[in-house]
Amino acid sequence: MGKLLKPNKEVGIVGYGAYVPMYRIKAEEIGRVWGVNSFPIQEKSVNNLDEDAITIGIEAARNALKRAQIDPKEIRALWFGTESKPYAVKPSATVIAEAIGATPDLDAADFEFACKAGTEALQASIGFVGSGMAKYAMAIGADTSQGRPGDHLEFTASAGGAAYIVGEKDSETLAYFEGSYSYVTDTPDFWRRQHEHYPRHGNRFTGEPAYFHQIISAAKGLMEELNYSPSDFDYAVFHQPNVKFPLTVAKILGIPKEKVLPGLLSGIIGNTYSGATLVGISAVLDIAKPGDRILWVSFGSGAGSDAFSLVVQDAIEEKRDLAPKTMDYVNRKKYIDYALYAKHRSKYIL
Amino acid sequence: MGRPMQVARYWRHFKEKYRMVGTKCKECGEIYFPPRQVCPKCGSREMEDVQLSGKGKVLSWTIVRNPPSGFEYFRPYPLALIELEEGPIVLAQLTDVDENQIDFGMEVEMVTRKIREFEGDGLILYGYKFRPPIKP
Ligand SMILES: [Zn+2]
Repeated sequence: MGKLLKPNKEVGIVGYGAYVPMYRIKAEEIGRVWGVNSFPIQEKSVNNLDEDAITIGIEAARNALKRAQIDPKEIRALWFGTESKPYAVKPSATVIAEAIGATPDLDAADFEFACKAGTEALQASIGFVGSGMAKYAMAIGADTSQGRPGDHLEFTASAGGAAYIVGEKDSETLAYFEGSYSYVTDTPDFWRRQHEHYPRHGNRFTGEPAYFHQIISAAKGLMEELNYSPSDFDYAVFHQPNVKFPLTVAKILGIPKEKVLPGLLSGIIGNTYSGATLVGISAVLDIAKPGDRILWVSFGSGAGSDAFSLVVQDAIEEKRDLAPKTMDYVNRKKYIDYALYAKHRSKYIL
Repeated sequence: MGRPMQVARYWRHFKEKYRMVGTKCKECGEIYFPPRQVCPKCGSREMEDVQLSGKGKVLSWTIVRNPPSGFEYFRPYPLALIELEEGPIVLAQLTDVDENQIDFGMEVEMVTRKIREFEGDGLILYGYKFRPPIKP
C-alpha cells in the first residue's frame, strides 16, 4: 500500500469560485505607522466592516455553484476551513449551507489546521465523493486573519477565500484529481491559545522546519508516488504567506518561476490563510488550458501540507466564464489608510 | 441579545434574509418579497417559494449617519430603495460602494453580509445588502 491518497472512484472539481474583498492597504502605509520600511508584499486585501470569513465563504460558494450548474440540494457535505470563525462555538458551515440553499440534507462542519484547513476540507470531500457516499461535496477555505498590530504578520494577514465542489469525474468535470498526499508532523511554529486575540509564532522557526520542510516533503512525496518530475507540471501553487517563500520552494524543487507566478497572488492581496492556495488555484483555473497539469501544495502551521495533482479538462473552457474571475476581484480595489483599516479590522471599541 | 424569544424571531427569517427567497402567487403570478401567505392582488392563498435573482436598480437612497442600536460601528452607510428585477421593492443597505458613486437607476446585485452584531457575546445577524455588480 503506497502513501498516495486516491479514492476508488475518480473525482474532480465540478465548480470553483473565489472571493477577495475590495479594500486594500499598502504595506508602506502599515510601515508608516510602525516605522518599518522593508516589506514582504506590496499590498493586502482588507475585509469590509460587514464581511467576515462566513460572508467570504458564501460569495465563493455561490460562484462555485454558478460554474457547477448543479442543484445545491444535491450537495451532501459542506466543509469550511478557517481560522477566523466568527463564533468560537457554533458552526460557520451551517450559515453558508443555509445561504446557498443546500440545507437540510447534508453534513456540515468547520475544519481547523491553521492555513491548511481549506485543503483539509478538500481531502475530506475527495474521500466522501470518491467512496460513493455522496454525489457532491463542497470544500471552502476562507479567512479574515489577524496579525498583532506592529508584528510582521500584520503586513501580510489578509482576507479572501475560495470554494470547490467535488464530484465524480465525467465530461462535465473542470479538472480531476490524479491523487493527493498529506504530510504532517508536530511542529509548533505558530499558535493561538483560547481567548487570545492574536496568534504567536516561533519567529525564525517558522521557515526551515515548518514551511519549507512540510511543503517540500509533500510535493516530493506526491511526485514520487505518481512517478512525475517537476517538468510534468504546467503550473504550481504553493502556500503563500509572502512572495519569497513560495518562489524559494519552486527554486528548490526546480520549477521555473513562470509556472508559479499565475497562482501567486500574495504580493497584491496578502496571505489569505486558509484561502491562500485555494484562491491561487482558482486564478490558475481561470486561465489554464485543457490537458494542463497543476501541482497544488498547501501548508498549515502546526504543521503539515496537503499536495494534489490536478489535470484540467475541456469543460473548463465553457464554464469558467459563468462566474466572476479571481482577477476581477483582485483588480476591484479601493485603498484605505491605517485608521480606516483599524476600523475595518474591528480594532476600535465604541 | 440573549433572549430566546428574539433569537427565534430572527431565525424564522434566515431563508429570506440570507438568500432572498420570496413568494409567487400561483393564481396571478405576482412575486412578493418579503414572502406573503395571501396574495394582496387577487386574494389567493396558493403561494409558492421563489428564489429571486438578487438583481435590481436603485430608486432612491440616503446616507445614515445616526443609526439605530446595533448598527453604530457601520456608520455612515447608504440605505436604498431597490426595485428588484422581479418587481418587488426592498429597503436595504448598499455596500462596497462610495457615496459619490451612488446614482438613480444604478444597477446593483445582492450579497449576503453582516447586518447587525449584538454585543461581544450576542448573535451575529447576516442578511442581504446590495453592491455594484461584478461582471459577468
Ligand atoms: Zn395573486
